[in-house]
Amino acid sequence: MFKDVSFGQYYPANSPIHRMDARVKLIITLMFVVGIFFIKSYFGFMLTAALLITIVLVAKLPIGSVLKSVRGVLFIVAFTALINLFLGGENGSEILWSWKKLVITVSSVHTTIKMVLRLVLLITGASLLSLTTTPVALADGVESLLSPLRLIKVPVRDIAMIMSIALRFIPTLFEETHKIIAAQKSRGAAFDTGGPLQRAKALLPVLIPLFVNSFRRADELAFAMDSRCYNATDNRTKMKVAKIGLADCISSLVMSGYFVVIMLDRYFWCGLVDTLMFGGLV
Amino acid sequence: MQAIKITDLTYIYSKKTPSEKVALAGVNLSINEGEFVTVVGHTGSGKSTLVQHLNGLIKAQTGVVEICGIPTSNKKNLKQLRFDVGMVFQYPEYQLFEDTVAKDVAFGPKNMKLSKEEIDKRVRRAMDLVGLPYETFAERSPFELSGGEKRRAAIAGVIAMEPKILVLDEPFAGLDPIGVKEITELVLKLKREICPTVVMVTHNMDSACELADRIVALCDGKIVADGSPKEVFGDRNLIKEIGLDVPFVARVVDRLEEEGISLDKTILTIDELTSALEEYKKLKGGDGNV
Ligand SMILES: Nc1ncnc2c1ncn2[C@@H]1O[C@H](COP(=O)(O)OP(=O)(O)OP(=O)(O)O)[C@@H](O)[C@H]1O
Ligand SMILES: [Mg+2]
Repeated sequence: MFKDVSFGQYYPANSPIHRMDARVKLIITLMFVVGIFFIKSYFGFMLTAALLITIVLVAKLPIGSVLKSVRGVLFIVAFTALINLFLGGENGSEILWSWKKLVITVSSVHTTIKMVLRLVLLITGASLLSLTTTPVALADGVESLLSPLRLIKVPVRDIAMIMSIALRFIPTLFEETHKIIAAQKSRGAAFDTGGPLQRAKALLPVLIPLFVNSFRRADELAFAMDSRCYNATDNRTKMKVAKIGLADCISSLVMSGYFVVIMLDRYFWCGLVDTLMFGGLV
Repeated sequence: MQAIKITDLTYIYSKKTPSEKVALAGVNLSINEGEFVTVVGHTGSGKSTLVQHLNGLIKAQTGVVEICGIPTSNKKNLKQLRFDVGMVFQYPEYQLFEDTVAKDVAFGPKNMKLSKEEIDKRVRRAMDLVGLPYETFAERSPFELSGGEKRRAAIAGVIAMEPKILVLDEPFAGLDPIGVKEITELVLKLKREICPTVVMVTHNMDSACELADRIVALCDGKIVADGSPKEVFGDRNLIKEIGLDVPFVARVVDRLEEEGISLDKTILTIDELTSALEEYKKLKGGDGNV
C-alpha cells in the first residue's frame, strides 16, 4: 500500500554526484527548475534531456528508480496534455482535426509536446536531487542556504531541526503504518472493500494508533533532547562539515554553461537551431 | 494432523534493488497440531518474516505454506486464514485504538461477522482469560492501562477470535522478569484452553526452554537446528556458532565445568541441576563445595 512512495527515496550509490555538497546541488536544482521554464525550442529540451541522462549515468542510478517519480505524476501530465491539445493552439494555425467545437491545430500539437517534455524533465530533474542526497544532508543544506535570514530574526536553526526531525521520522512512520496495518489485518480488518465511507472508517484502526504513537514518540524525543541540554544556539557545531570539492566546481560550471545556452537560445537564436536541425518540420 | 506445513520457502525483501535482502532461504518446516514450537535466532535471522507467512500477511515468493492443508496462496480463504491463525505482534499494545477495552477486544470477532451475543461471550471469555476481568476493565480506555495490562488487552483482542493456531512474535519484549513470568503463564493457559498449536518467536531462551516442546533455530534465513530444547541447547558449539544465548541453567552448568565439575550438558531446569549436583556430591564423597 505504502511501498511506492518515491518522495525522499534516497538511492545509495558511490558517485561524485552523491558526494557533492547538498548546498551546491540545491542551487543547481533551483537553476535547473528556473531554466526549464525559459525553454521554448526542441533544441533546448534535447539539451536538457542529454544533461539529465549524463547525470543519471554519472550517479549510477538505475533508470527504473528515476522513472518511478515520473510515474507518480503521469496522470497530471496526461491531463495537462489533453487540455493543451484542444485549447493550446494559436489562432490561424493549420487545423489538423476538428469535431464540433474541439479543434486540434499544428501549433497546439507543438505546445502539447513541449508541455509534456517540460513537465517530465522537470520532475525527473527534481527527483535526481532527492535520489542522490540523503534527507539529512538536504536539511543541512537548506539550513546553510537560509542562514542569512538569521539576521532578520528568522529561527533558521529551529526550522532546520524541525525539518530534519520530520524527514528522519518519515521512514519510521511508514514502517509503523505498515506494522499497524499488518496487525489490524491479522484481526480481520479489510481496507479494500465497501463504499468510500466504509473504507474511510476502516482506516480508523490504523490512524488512531498511529497518532497516539506519534505523540508518545514526540514526547520521548523532546524529553531525550532536553535531558541532553539541546538548544539551537551558535555554540552547536556540525558533525559533518560540508566542503566544496572538485565535483561541485565542475557541475556548477556545467550548469552555468547550460543556463547560458538556454538563455541564448531563447533570446538571441530565437529557434534558429530548431530550424537548422529540423528544417521545415517545426 | 499437520497444522502448518512449509515447503521450500524463500523470501527476498526489496527484490532487484541494491538493498536486496534474502530473509528466508529455503525453509522446510512441519508443525503438528498440539505442538508448542519456539523459533529462535539472532537479530535479522528471518523469524518475523517466517511467522508473517503463517497468516498470509506476506505472500510466499517461492515455495508453499499450508495451514491445515490449505495453501495460504488461496485468495478465497484469506479471511478465514486470518481468523484461524491468531497473530500477536511485537509490542501489540501499540495497535489498540478503540475507546474502551471491550470494544477493542471485539474488533476481531466483529470482523468475523459473529452474532452480537457470540461477540459478547467471546470478549468476556478472552478478557477473563488474559487476566483483565470483564467487570473491572470492560469500560476503561485502553490508553489508560499500564504497559503490562495493555499487552494483555492486545492479546485478548487476538484470542477473542478463538484461533486454531496462535503465533506470538516476541511477546516478552520490554517486560521485566515478573512480566515475563506472567506472560509465560498466560501463553500456557491459552494453549490449554483455546489454541492447541502455538508458534512463538523469542530472544528469551529461558522461556523458550520452559514453554516449548520443540525449538527451531534460524540463522540467515535457514533452519540450522530443529528439535527438543535438550537436543538444541545440548549442542553448545552450534548455539555459539549461530550467535545465540544459552538458558540460565545451562550457563550455570558451563560455569561449573570451568570449575572442574562436569555435568550433563542437556540439563535445563533448576530441579535437574539440583539432582545432578547431589549425585555428583555422592560420587565424589561429599566434599560439598558447590
Ligand atoms: N520491510 C523490510 N524491507 C527490507 N528488508 C527487511 C524488511 N523487514 C525485514 N527485513 C530484513 O530481512 C531480514 C530478516 O528480518 P526479520 O524481521 O524477519 O528478522 P528477525 O529474525 O525477526 O529479527 P529480530 O529478532 O530483530 O526481530 C533482516 O535482515 C531485515 O533487515
Ligand atoms: Mg522480529
